[in-house]
Amino acid sequence: MKKTHTTKNVRSRPAKTTTKKAKTKKRRAPEELWDLRLYVAGQTPKSLAAFENLKRICEEHLAGKYKIKIIDLMKNPQLARGDQILAIPTLVRKLPTPIKKIIGDLSNTERVVVGLDVRPAR
Amino acid sequence: MPDKTKKQRRQRAQLPKSPTGIQGLDEVTDGGLPKGRPTLVAGGAGCGKTLFGMEFLVQGARQYDEPGIFVSFEENSRELTKNFFSLGYDLNELVARKKLILDYVYIERSEIEVTGEYDLEGLFVRLQTLIDSIGAKRIVLDTIETLFSALPNEGILRAELRRLFRWLKAKGLTAIITAEKGDGALTRHGLEEYVSDCVVALDHLVTNLVATRRMRIVKYRGSSHGTNEYPFLIDDTGISVLPITSVELRHAASTERISSGIPRLDAMLGGKGFFRGSSILVSGTAGTGKTSMAAHFADSVCRRRERCLYLAFEESENQIIRNMSSIGIDLEQWTRQGRLTFHAARPTMYGLEMHLARIHRLIETVKPQAVLFDPITNLMAVAGANEVKAMLTRLIDYLKLNKITAFFTNLSHQNLLEQTDLGISSLMDTWISLRDIELGGERNRGLYILKSRGMEHSNQIREFLLTDKGIDLIEVYVGGGNVLTGSARAAQEAKEQAEETLRSEEIERKKRELARKRQVIEAQVAALQSQYETEEKELNINLGELKLKKEALKEDQNKMFLRREHDAGARTNKSRSGRLAK
Repeated sequence: MKKTHTTKNVRSRPAKTTTKKAKTKKRRAPEELWDLRLYVAGQTPKSLAAFENLKRICEEHLAGKYKIKIIDLMKNPQLARGDQILAIPTLVRKLPTPIKKIIGDLSNTERVVVGLDVRPAR
Repeated sequence: MPDKTKKQRRQRAQLPKSPTGIQGLDEVTDGGLPKGRPTLVAGGAGCGKTLFGMEFLVQGARQYDEPGIFVSFEENSRELTKNFFSLGYDLNELVARKKLILDYVYIERSEIEVTGEYDLEGLFVRLQTLIDSIGAKRIVLDTIETLFSALPNEGILRAELRRLFRWLKAKGLTAIITAEKGDGALTRHGLEEYVSDCVVALDHLVTNLVATRRMRIVKYRGSSHGTNEYPFLIDDTGISVLPITSVELRHAASTERISSGIPRLDAMLGGKGFFRGSSILVSGTAGTGKTSMAAHFADSVCRRRERCLYLAFEESENQIIRNMSSIGIDLEQWTRQGRLTFHAARPTMYGLEMHLARIHRLIETVKPQAVLFDPITNLMAVAGANEVKAMLTRLIDYLKLNKITAFFTNLSHQNLLEQTDLGISSLMDTWISLRDIELGGERNRGLYILKSRGMEHSNQIREFLLTDKGIDLIEVYVGGGNVLTGSARAAQEAKEQAEETLRSEEIERKKRELARKRQVIEAQVAALQSQYETEEKELNINLGELKLKKEALKEDQNKMFLRREHDAGARTNKSRSGRLAK
């Protein structure tokens, strides 16, 4: 299981640029795509747990309409400033707007669902 | 724990310090904040915590070539730049030179949801990037307490902060962590628990409607430090902590003497005037000529081609110049030549510490040889006597250290002449008292020297006259158990003059009488002499007559005898004539 996360991490990075470019297009239909970013710092147990939880929740509530990008601050430390990341792990909902942040290992599914505001989309 | 204390002990052996560049603070802390360790700066709102931190960074970048990072949790960098530009700091310039980074950490509670465990690795990573980008040696976290309101789960937060401070220490960064003052505690969230090396408390005290900022080093592990509350000041050039120049009395005393500007007063002070670098107090009730004396002194200082600073708390520069020209002192020429600098300000204009700071700054810029304070009593309006006394003590120490002669005037009450309101007389080397002498329906000024350390001085009261040629001191009339001044003295002198004339006339008269007596007696003697002479003459004449008579008689007898001889016999006549001849 753990190995798959790493691969996904690697895969997600090049996707970063594409999402930035596609931003304007997606804003037209914000409900359609959920752009989520998970900030981590190295592969700590907390980060791994967070990713596990996030994937599970997304599959459950936003199947097919979401995109998760994992940003490892250990590798891209300058990104911490841009998104005002203090705590690790932090999940940022870039889209739909407004931006939401959820801090922690996302172990409380109920709160994540409320925090991401995914219920109406179901 | 044991290895922690061991580590601290090792550091204590020689505690490296990071100078703050804040005027005065480095003296209080004996060199600055602990290098490579966090320092907590705690205080209420508006105490100057942010400024304290920023000044530390700016001075570090400018003076000590130590780049710094300002991590703000409250204001963004644009606001910060603007705010500090008004204080004369061009932060943009420092940022451009890579000496400073302003980083705004934005946390909005409403945007954040927390589920489960987290850590602050993001902040660490962020700081690490910043530190590496400019090679920072200093960092300010203002105010990290914001995290407590933004992030729930205090337990995690505390553990993370503890880790953060340890991490900063390990990185060798000299850090300032600001914190809001708490209720009864130093900080609201007990940050002092984590920052144990150095704690500075800032305070804002309002007394008599005038605010005074104060600073205190609550604790400084491994170093000696001043423990008092020091007033500090924020003005257009930043913070200055004031003024802790000589905690010990170490100033060198000068033996050089300088004139008071009044020759007669110099004469009273052992003939030479004041000591250079001494403190002189002139006290007196209203209108006794304190300012005039000050002007004289200022004039004499400028005449010696020295610089003089005149701090006026009652009158404006113009007013003093005008008033002093009426007693023949032209101060304007000195202000024009730049030897005399006036600084007139109402004491209530700002707090005591501000005054002190301004005085300091003026002294630093003007570099005078003498400073005049006219009058110090007015500072009482700003703060209590104790504060003023403390301020003056420090001020005098500072002036003495710099060999600046200080001249104070003090307004005293009518009934407490030999007591200053501020109880500062013990700080003074020379104390001249001016007093009213009311006598015979008029008021005159008297001057005497209450004390003058280290020199011989007159114990006499002098009458103090303000003439159009300046101050003149004249001797008062002392006699008959009375001290007379003014017209009473003049009257007394006139009276004495009259008595004197009267006495000399008497002598003349006596002399003449004597002469006359001699003449009379001599005349009498002459008369007697002539009488005697006439009598003598007469007697002599009588005597001659008698002799003649006698002879004539004898002749007659002889003739008669002869006739009888012819009648009776010649023999008998012969024998008788022989008897007569015998």
